[in-house]
Amino acid sequence: MKAGDLLTISPLIALTLTSIAVMLAAAFWRSHALAFLITLAGLATTFGTLFVSASRAAPIVTPLVSMDSYTLFFIGLLTVATAVVAILSWSYLERLPQHPEEYYVLLLTATLGGAALVAGTHFASFFLGLEILSVSLYALIVYPVHRAEAVEAAVKYLVLAGATSAFLIFGMALVYAEAGTMTAAGVAKLVAGLGSGSPVVTIGVVMILVGVGFKLAVVPFHMWTPDVYQGGPAPVTAYIATVSKGAVFALLLRFMLPVSADTSSTLFLALAAIAVASMVAGNVLALRQDNVKRILAYSSIAHLGYLLVAFLATGERAGVAVGFYLVAYFATTLVAFGVVTVLSSEDRDADLLLDYWGLGARRPWLAAIFAVALFSLAGMPLTMGFIGKFVIFTAGAGSELWALVIVLVLTSTIGLYYYTRLIVVMYVPRPEELELAGAEPGARVAAAGGAVSVAVLAALTAMLIVFGVYPAPLLRLVEHAVSVLPWP
Amino acid sequence: MVLTLYILIPAVAAVVAWLLGRVDTRLSRWTAVAGTAVPLALLVVQWIANAGELRGDFVAEGAGPAGVAAGSWIASVHEPWIESLGISYFLAADGLTLIMLLLTFALGLLAVLCSWRGITKNVGVFHLMVLWTVAGLAGVFLALDLFLFYFFFEMMLIPMYFLIAVWGHERRVYSAIKFFIFTQVSGLLMLIAIVALVFIHGRETGVYTFDYTQLLGTSMSPTTAMLLMLGFFAAFAVKLPAWPLHTWLPDAHTDAPTAGSVLLAGVLIKIGAYGMIRFMIPLFPDAAYDFRVWALILGVVGIIYGAVMAYAQTDLKRLVAYTSVSHMGFALIGIFAWNSWALQGVILELVCHALSTGALFILVGGLQDRIHTRDMSKMGGLWQVAPRMGGTAMFFAMASLGLPGLGNFVAEFLILVGVWQVSHWAAVLGAVGLVFATVYALWMMQRAFQGEETHGLKFADLTKVEIGMFASMIAALVLLGFWPQPLITTARQPLDGLQKLTAGTSLVQPQTPAEDAGAAEPVADTVAGEEGGP
Repeated sequence: MKAGDLLTISPLIALTLTSIAVMLAAAFWRSHALAFLITLAGLATTFGTLFVSASRAAPIVTPLVSMDSYTLFFIGLLTVATAVVAILSWSYLERLPQHPEEYYVLLLTATLGGAALVAGTHFASFFLGLEILSVSLYALIVYPVHRAEAVEAAVKYLVLAGATSAFLIFGMALVYAEAGTMTAAGVAKLVAGLGSGSPVVTIGVVMILVGVGFKLAVVPFHMWTPDVYQGGPAPVTAYIATVSKGAVFALLLRFMLPVSADTSSTLFLALAAIAVASMVAGNVLALRQDNVKRILAYSSIAHLGYLLVAFLATGERAGVAVGFYLVAYFATTLVAFGVVTVLSSEDRDADLLLDYWGLGARRPWLAAIFAVALFSLAGMPLTMGFIGKFVIFTAGAGSELWALVIVLVLTSTIGLYYYTRLIVVMYVPRPEELELAGAEPGARVAAAGGAVSVAVLAALTAMLIVFGVYPAPLLRLVEHAVSVLPWP
Repeated sequence: MVLTLYILIPAVAAVVAWLLGRVDTRLSRWTAVAGTAVPLALLVVQWIANAGELRGDFVAEGAGPAGVAAGSWIASVHEPWIESLGISYFLAADGLTLIMLLLTFALGLLAVLCSWRGITKNVGVFHLMVLWTVAGLAGVFLALDLFLFYFFFEMMLIPMYFLIAVWGHERRVYSAIKFFIFTQVSGLLMLIAIVALVFIHGRETGVYTFDYTQLLGTSMSPTTAMLLMLGFFAAFAVKLPAWPLHTWLPDAHTDAPTAGSVLLAGVLIKIGAYGMIRFMIPLFPDAAYDFRVWALILGVVGIIYGAVMAYAQTDLKRLVAYTSVSHMGFALIGIFAWNSWALQGVILELVCHALSTGALFILVGGLQDRIHTRDMSKMGGLWQVAPRMGGTAMFFAMASLGLPGLGNFVAEFLILVGVWQVSHWAAVLGAVGLVFATVYALWMMQRAFQGEETHGLKFADLTKVEIGMFASMIAALVLLGFWPQPLITTARQPLDGLQKLTAGTSLVQPQTPAEDAGAAEPVADTVAGEEGGP
């Protein structure tokens, strides 16, 4: 490793230094504003260093990380998403009784873990990144420690994540023991010839998939999602739904790309079954929920199912679909949870349907933003969600995965029902046709203010619409990013 | 450029009307009027400017199906949009487009006008939704890129959903969600068919494009063609609506506010017929031929079922809604007959049905504003209270039952003549449907407007604005009844083009020499001549 390589990995260094800076600042001078500003400045610097890194000739630094355009694209995405979460958290943390500074340290280390995951080309960086991410998330989920449900959620997440980490590392050990490789390229080669390989490698790969599946919260590893989403503070939930899942998905594509080549292999069929189960279960289970965060949790299970359809398609078109859909999913999910965050109070988050009753009249802008996000989740035209679903659709059709495509279509229409139900609650004056849980008027939460957060959400909403109408520039960027992967 | 304006003006006016609605509701209403009246005026100007070209004979522009498709255009726009996916911003207008746009803007204007008094809450947002629907509809009728078509097709679901759910009547949330899900599911089936078609075409030629003119004539196995055609058929049959996919329609029409019902009945459901004529049959003519007998059955069942159900209703608005099912059954059998007579009839039917049913919905909406019920058992003898309203209702009821001298008669007559050449029994059963139409129309008049006034109802008769609206619709229907020639001339070139596109398939019958000589013109003259008599 040469000194110049430090410039190549400068985004990772910038993230590390920022988290240390926030920690030191909090140690000497407790100030929410200072911690917040250092965080934002650090994230902006990280974003800037991406261009420094991009100008370097050789992206591969040690066998552990590769700072190619794929990595840089995803680090950029994670950085922006983290910045949005940080801004959303500001007014949320102001309302909590806890010291807010450490929250930002944890947020930054979690992002560092995510960045390590997307840059990782080796089991070591994979596991390191995943653990940094997970450990930071345990503490983030339980940040409002005075809320019983947050503690419950954190413990649930801790136990399950710990167990799956064990699966993951055991799987890695098996793969290494039998095949003698720990690099992404080596694993990809193994996956391509899995049918003829030894059963030990197959078991190892499956155990790794269990670990990845847990992080992605796909069926049957999804049990934790609704509870953690409901119990965790809203901005942290937004973070788990976007940064945590997105980073792991980016890694999955890098390590397991050749799965899609052989549509009759066991691994392919297993992943297809997971995709179908996620799409069906996510959408069907969301139907009967009265809690907005739980609805969004189940909907995110379904969305990861859609992403798996793109993952199982062949060719670069599939990579573009994954990249574009992830951006759309990030933006949409951040907006949706952002609205929940803005409305939340000290005691509990605004997660009952009742909290949204008449929002269209009380806060028309916020309601419009939420409506656009929900339409984007539902995949309606004029939003990024529509184009995202469409590119997945074309990717699936191009690989003739008709069964998966048809399941995608049918289940996403189930989704329409619960998304429109939320919209109806916001706009219809007397929603007596809807049963609202906990419908005593006093129970309603609707915090005021949050002007900065609303402005950020409005900007993201504008992005949802702009790229929903004219997606060509973003598609080109994603094409450039995924072109470095070894497409067949 | 002017084609883009047809979409852009309502879209911009939508936002302006929304923002002004927070300041002054009158300004919002006038903006909405401008947002539909200005494109309407533009359209009329374009129509007159191109009258000569429209009157001429059909000439293909260049070789192959793309040249034939381009033959009837009077304007087109073709810009890259999402190049990596082969999607372009491709709009084109021919006579058929002009007719559909005329309906869109005229009924959009009526929808704004008829809500002048009835809508008092969230006026700005209401106009946003109405104009958004109009912009989406204009896009649907102009788009010739299949992705763009689907984009607009789905886009206008959102405002229509809000119109029903927020400003609607009793069961509005149920009806809105039902409408939304029916249309969305069927639309997605069409999307699968579109994407599959694009990939089949791409494999064959190496060019992945959503351009409709390029996709024409893609060769595929009969089974594949049938499956893809059914994908399109699902979407358009739900919109039309064809029996048995019509169940959303009575609910949505009944619970929608008047403006919503007018747009739904007047224009939205016409997308089904338009889509079949423009896209489905030219893309899959052989599959359409194989499916013809089933389509005729569905159409005939729809005609009779709709009429019988209309007769059985006590809710006046629901009755009118069911008549749409019946009339659109005529459109369906006419489309699948696929000859000049039937298709000319279908286009006339679309226009006349939009006018007569739109007027009936405005009338029922006005009545509901006045007496706060749509239940016919609580009416009776209304003619004595409001004679102008009674007379108007009588006129549109007569139009609906197909009284000779009004446009609807010409339309249904032409359709039956066209269908007769394809299937005698379908024409006969369709004609039986006309008898049922007489029964429900007269029964409606009897129960609501005739007899003794026993409920002690007192309310104001039609206002000046209403008289103006109804007078213009009456004039249009009478004009179309006696002199449908302008409409027939305008639609002739596109329809000749469609016949050329599908020529050589079993769908198009080998023409007899006499017909060959004169194309569609003699038909039109005969009909106009018959009706033009004393």
